[in-house]
Amino acid sequence: MLEICNLACTRGDHLLFSDLNFTLNAGEILQAQGVNGSGKTTLLRTLCGLVKPTAGQINWSGKNIQDLGAEYYAEMIYLGHLNALKDELSAVENMRISAGLAGCEADGEQIFAALHRMGLRGRENLPVKALSQGQSRRVALARLLIGHFPLWILDEPLTALDVGAVQLIQDLIAAHLARNGMVIYTTHQPLEVAGVTTRRLTLS
Amino acid sequence: MNQKSVEGPSLAGGLSLTGLFVLIIRRDLVLAMRRRADVLTTLIFFVIVVTLFPLGVGPELNMLRTMAPGTLWVAALLASMLSLGRLFSADYLDGTLEQMLLVPQSLSALVLGKMIAHWMASGLPLVLMAPVLGLQFDMPAEALWMLILTLLLGTPILSMIGAIGAALTLGLRGGGVLVSLLVLPLCIPVLVFGAGAVEAITSGMSAAAHLSLLGALLLLALVFTPWVTAMALRISME
Amino acid sequence: MIPWFAASSALLFILGLYMGFFVAPTDVQQSEAYRIMFIHVPVSILSMLIYLIMAGYAALGLIFNTRLSAMMANALAPTGALFAFLSLWTGALWGKPMWGAWWVWDARLTSELILLFLYLGFIALHASIDDPRRADRASALLAIIGSVNVPIIYFSVQWWNTLHQGATIKLTGTSMHVAMQQSLLVMFLACWLYVITMALLRVRSIILERERNNQWVMELTETLSPRGMKL
Repeated sequence: MLEICNLACTRGDHLLFSDLNFTLNAGEILQAQGVNGSGKTTLLRTLCGLVKPTAGQINWSGKNIQDLGAEYYAEMIYLGHLNALKDELSAVENMRISAGLAGCEADGEQIFAALHRMGLRGRENLPVKALSQGQSRRVALARLLIGHFPLWILDEPLTALDVGAVQLIQDLIAAHLARNGMVIYTTHQPLEVAGVTTRRLTLS
Repeated sequence: MNQKSVEGPSLAGGLSLTGLFVLIIRRDLVLAMRRRADVLTTLIFFVIVVTLFPLGVGPELNMLRTMAPGTLWVAALLASMLSLGRLFSADYLDGTLEQMLLVPQSLSALVLGKMIAHWMASGLPLVLMAPVLGLQFDMPAEALWMLILTLLLGTPILSMIGAIGAALTLGLRGGGVLVSLLVLPLCIPVLVFGAGAVEAITSGMSAAAHLSLLGALLLLALVFTPWVTAMALRISME
Repeated sequence: MIPWFAASSALLFILGLYMGFFVAPTDVQQSEAYRIMFIHVPVSILSMLIYLIMAGYAALGLIFNTRLSAMMANALAPTGALFAFLSLWTGALWGKPMWGAWWVWDARLTSELILLFLYLGFIALHASIDDPRRADRASALLAIIGSVNVPIIYFSVQWWNTLHQGATIKLTGTSMHVAMQQSLLVMFLACWLYVITMALLRVRSIILERERNNQWVMELTETLSPRGMKL
């Protein structure tokens, strides 16, 4: 369970939001909304512990994430708006590293399965620079499949994805929620998960 | 898309600390191999700087012999500054660094892995090249061995102190020059003990004291710099 | 508070300089040239002291996340750099008649020069980061690393120096005349007050600069530091 109490964040001298409160329970999904520059990305990065909040605190299963540190990081995965992929490395090599950074040791079979699931059959050993934008994004998203992370924090997961891939992501999220996972995301494209009500948090 | 595969492939097990450490070193070395030009640039810079000294001060062998340890060490110092920019900036630009800050094992261990890989790709070639350049300065054999030894002990320290500077200046304009401004003064002890040891050998004294001090610095750097660099990265990524 | 510090600093400067140049007797060995000591010595001591104080403030700011201590560290740096520079400059002026050279690679001189580099690094790092919070924290970390390194650097330079120079030039440790001691003390106090004045002035302008953009910054500094209001 993720609890946010009286959270406030600033960027430079500018106050982005304050007195933000919400609780996310197992199996729930939350979308952070707002115009450009309203602090969606900062909110997500704050939830990851990358940014220290100006005020308030974030609790994971009742404990402050600042104190939890590594324990928290083992249970969450963050997908930024950058893909965190190396152009020179192949999709498989990239996956092995992303899995390692997420705290998992993935063997070749698991990586291939994840990439196939993301519709990248036959592209596994191509260097990422030979892939299109959408395909790179798929490689980045494939890391969601590599381990079990109760909390997914996704910053614009649908960027550059085609209709089929968007559907795929919706299915993945639905399955994750069905397993009592939690998802927090931002998007500018419609993302609807069947059978679940998406809670919305609007930043102004 | 059948519903069964939505469950996803079998899930991966946890990765140990050593596993992460090895993974990072291997990754950075593979990347360095695929961008060989960068490694070569540092090496060529080192060779050119060292070659410039005789051209500047004249070809007198006696003078060159006295100058050699200092010259080679200063050039190694400058060359290792040159490659610091690459240590974190590529990962910063493509978002990998964010993921690195979220590792569940230990950021310090990851940073240490990156430092070691960086040294192997930029410091080690300098160490191997140095004796060849030392011959140009007519250095005696025992001094050459001592040069290799001190560089072997000293260049990792340069990579480690440099990593702090690289982490602090992440994403700043004019980062390269700034790194040198921050890091070079902190590297003075390494230069003093490193070049001093070689000089001591050339003038027929024992270099044991220099070496043990250099070793002590290496140990200190090994213990503290990964931790400080991790802290600097967290500050810079905020 | 600032005018008081400024005025007493100015008064003590005048008094100290008067005592140093007219009251204190001429030195037997060094004749009149030694009088530059009345500026050189306090400035050198303070340049090192300021670095430590700066690092202390930086550590406080980093650990307790107080904005005012980071600002203080930031406000002290330029004065520290100025003093380090003055120390080198007056040292050179003193060295020329005494040692016959503007510069000798003495351990103390070299360390002072490196200290100046450390100051410049701190200032340059702070200046090149736009986000004030990151700038404060990053330069604070640098100041702390620097202060940990200073003893190592000093030791290594001394080591290097003894290795290279058979006879290092040492200041003759003759017992000082009472008037010299007194004027030295007065000058030291004057410089010290100058440092406080400048630091407070700078910290005030830093606070003003930061609160100009946003109302809340002012509120935050007020809540964090009751001293901020009195300035």
